[in-house]
Amino acid sequence: MTDRSSIPAPADPEPVLAVRDLKKEFPLKKRPAVKALRGVSFDARAGQVTGLVGADGAGKTTLIRTAAGLLAPTAGTVTVLGLDSAADSIEIQSRVGYMPQKFGLYQDLTVEENMALYADLRGVPVAERKARYRILLQMTDLSAFTKRRAGALSGGMKQKLGLACALIKSPKMLLLDEPTVGVDPVSRRELWKIVYEMVEKEGIGVLLSTAYLDEAERCQHVVVLHEGAMLAEGAPATFREQVAGRTFLVDPPSGVKPREIQMRIAGQERILDATIRSGRVRVVTAEADKSPIIDSLSGPWHAEVENAPPTFEDAFMATIPQAHRIDLSKPAQTSTSAEKHGTGEVVVQTRDLTKRFGDFTAVKGITFEVRRAEIFGLLGPNGAGKSTTFRMLCGLLPNTAGEISVAGQNLRRSRSRARSRLGYMAQQFSMYGQISVEENLRFYGRAYGLSRKRLQKRLQWAYEEFGLDRWRDKAAGQLPGGYKQRLAMAAALLHEPEILFLDEPTSGVDPLARREFWLRINGFAQQGVTVVVTTHFMEESEYCDRMLIMSMGKTLAMGTPAEIRTLARTEKNPAPTIDDAFVALAEGTISGNDATPAADLQGDDP
Amino acid sequence: MHALRRIVALMKKEFLMILKDPRSRFVIIGPPLIQFFVFGYAATYDLKNVSYAALDESKTAESRQLLSRLDGSENFNRVKTLLSDREIDDVIDRQNARLVVHIGSEFARSIHSGRPAAVQVIVDGRNSNVAMIALGYISTIVAEYNEKLAAGGRLAGRGPGLVLVSRAWFNRNLQSRWFIVSALGGIISMVVVMILTSLSVAREREFGTFDQLLVAPFTPGEILLGKSLPGMLFGLMDALIFCAGAVYWFGVPFRGTVFALVTVLACFIVAIVGVGLLVSSLSVTMQQALLGSFVFMMPAVVLSGFATPIENMPRWLQLATHVNPIRYIIKALRQVFLEGADVYMLWPQIWPLIIMAAVMLPAAGWLFRHRTQ
Repeated sequence: MTDRSSIPAPADPEPVLAVRDLKKEFPLKKRPAVKALRGVSFDARAGQVTGLVGADGAGKTTLIRTAAGLLAPTAGTVTVLGLDSAADSIEIQSRVGYMPQKFGLYQDLTVEENMALYADLRGVPVAERKARYRILLQMTDLSAFTKRRAGALSGGMKQKLGLACALIKSPKMLLLDEPTVGVDPVSRRELWKIVYEMVEKEGIGVLLSTAYLDEAERCQHVVVLHEGAMLAEGAPATFREQVAGRTFLVDPPSGVKPREIQMRIAGQERILDATIRSGRVRVVTAEADKSPIIDSLSGPWHAEVENAPPTFEDAFMATIPQAHRIDLSKPAQTSTSAEKHGTGEVVVQTRDLTKRFGDFTAVKGITFEVRRAEIFGLLGPNGAGKSTTFRMLCGLLPNTAGEISVAGQNLRRSRSRARSRLGYMAQQFSMYGQISVEENLRFYGRAYGLSRKRLQKRLQWAYEEFGLDRWRDKAAGQLPGGYKQRLAMAAALLHEPEILFLDEPTSGVDPLARREFWLRINGFAQQGVTVVVTTHFMEESEYCDRMLIMSMGKTLAMGTPAEIRTLARTEKNPAPTIDDAFVALAEGTISGNDATPAADLQGDDP
Repeated sequence: MHALRRIVALMKKEFLMILKDPRSRFVIIGPPLIQFFVFGYAATYDLKNVSYAALDESKTAESRQLLSRLDGSENFNRVKTLLSDREIDDVIDRQNARLVVHIGSEFARSIHSGRPAAVQVIVDGRNSNVAMIALGYISTIVAEYNEKLAAGGRLAGRGPGLVLVSRAWFNRNLQSRWFIVSALGGIISMVVVMILTSLSVAREREFGTFDQLLVAPFTPGEILLGKSLPGMLFGLMDALIFCAGAVYWFGVPFRGTVFALVTVLACFIVAIVGVGLLVSSLSVTMQQALLGSFVFMMPAVVLSGFATPIENMPRWLQLATHVNPIRYIIKALRQVFLEGADVYMLWPQIWPLIIMAAVMLPAAGWLFRHRTQ
């Protein structure tokens, strides 16, 4: 795969960035230094998008910051546009566009003022500015919002503005550090369009890091990093060839949920990966042989297995060393008995739920119900009203009109005891950063009134279930990203709630951690826990039993993943994904209203 | 029972957070210590070594006696002896001396002939406070000199008929340090309690931990109580430590009862916690909370009688000081230290604090509930 000749390179492009045996260590007090990069070498070329792909802690940000001249390498070199990153950092910074993960937009300045500020900082001649602004505003679709405060823009628009500011001085090279994290699918597609335009029109080289594996397919050249080491590089196609014949799709038999099939397969011998895609389970095996799948599906789970064309994601999962894979075999191997909960009582219900902030209506008449042991997804782009709906359900916001009932109560008005029946995990990391993992868990345990004995038992459970044992005395704020999320989840589950509210639990979480997270959620649902989850990852909605797609505060569609996908089925696209359905719904080319009668989906319930 | 356990859990967590966070740790130790020494040493009204110039045109034994009395006191320090009255302007303009004592050529003759003898004092009025106090000292010295002359029979038959003998009670030498340091415990505990409580809710809002707390089975009252008790304890502890410091470091007498001291401090701190929580409920970020605290503290200290007497203020401001909790603690602390007051004597200071706490805490609770959106 490291064979350069296989790169479909347009007309002999010169390297704009050359990384040679790059090592970076961060010394720590008392403990051994963190090896963020352990000898990485690759080239990025002009007129190409080079993708840096890897999970959290792979070293992506360290590499990009080193290339931008913000960090000095411990060993090795980075040459950018022929300049050494350590020696000529000032010169590099004036020629390169760099967009860090959190771009420094001034929230109280308008779009125009932010751009003018960056033009000043980068010394763009006044005469050229007007034309440059026009091109960038047009490209980013922000022309209509020049007078709006940056703080009042949606997440996707902020990223686009950040990109526009990074491009303000026609750079020769663009460094983008996870530009699409936390951005909804529509905005993600737009960001990519801008990047391609820059590459094609101005012929610049782009180095872009991402934890979204589907985005790797959009790059001409991909570099896979894992825990500081480079595992592979090459064009996405060469990656796909690696797993040719090893990828399969499993059709769940009727009456069996795909996630039950997935849980049986995942973690078995010679199975490298198992995920749910469009209602089917996608499996990557160690060899070109489907017998390990068939072996793990016996009796009532017997299912059809067929070959599938490989994707980059399959190859990535196969490339990641086995030892780092999560043990998937543990979660409850319960029978399909969870099915009988599935049609149980209504646990969460809203009718014409509406929220107004002044003149602005954030949520307009949302009606849905969630039954016991269901996984219910609230989907939509940033600013759709998901979080507002969610906060009303949890009792954090009063509703303007309509009705809410959670476990038979409106939590806004109910006594505190009703709240002890639900678990909540906020979008932002919401544990106390200064105190240790154990102290956080103990606090929440006591807050929910666990007795000393039960608390001890639950702490033990949390340490085992979430692998937090070795972190227990560490300050929560210093945990790595994935463990923060585990801790938050452990705290939400400590008191064994009946209903679990999860607000964007996988936002900014890498693909490995996301797989692990959904397997856990499946396990809890099988044990009878009702889960309400918001997400802007459309593919994750495949894990939900039912979902509601929102946009601009209104319901676009509601139903099972299969029903939503069916909405977007056209002659041209006979097997649409949820992503396709969402984009079609959001653009208004199809209407979801005919799929909404919620009661019908539940059949003959009281 | 469950409520109690939840409050204890929250308190434990708050204690941990305060003690583990270096900034919070500094708030309870740093500013109080700085205030204690800065106020103790720097804030004093006693004038020492006032620079003055003398212009003695009399040049007699009498004039020299008067001037030597000035030189002999520790309050004055002669920096220049002038030769003519044309030099006076220059000395004052350049701030070489704060005042000039001008003894006319007729001075001794007037004394001996029984006529009133005038001594002119020219004072730099740019700092009115120093000028007033210095003038006061000079008149005392002149009066003493007068008495001596009368006693010596030099002022034939014209000795003063009335002699004023003054005795200052409670602070015999009228040391301003006693006045300042005795009330310092109130100011210190206020700063600590205000900052800790106003930050406590705002910090959770800013770090996004507040929602998690609201979703847990806490009632707003429990959250307020659990969050304010640690701040109260730290505030009380600080106040008591520095009261002890006032006695053992600065030698301020403690004449009242410890019980009265603790009671009035506790009432005061509860009232201040109410203010702190009010600020906290109104602010979204820690910055706003800190600013809000200072917006309250600055005028409250000025209107408390801590440094300048309330009696000097215009009538409407004097009325306004009645709703200022610091006014009561300052008065009460001086009573406990210098007057030797017990709880009974402090009652007029205690009940307004109790009323303020009773209004402020529910108001904070109400606001807290209505701002949780």
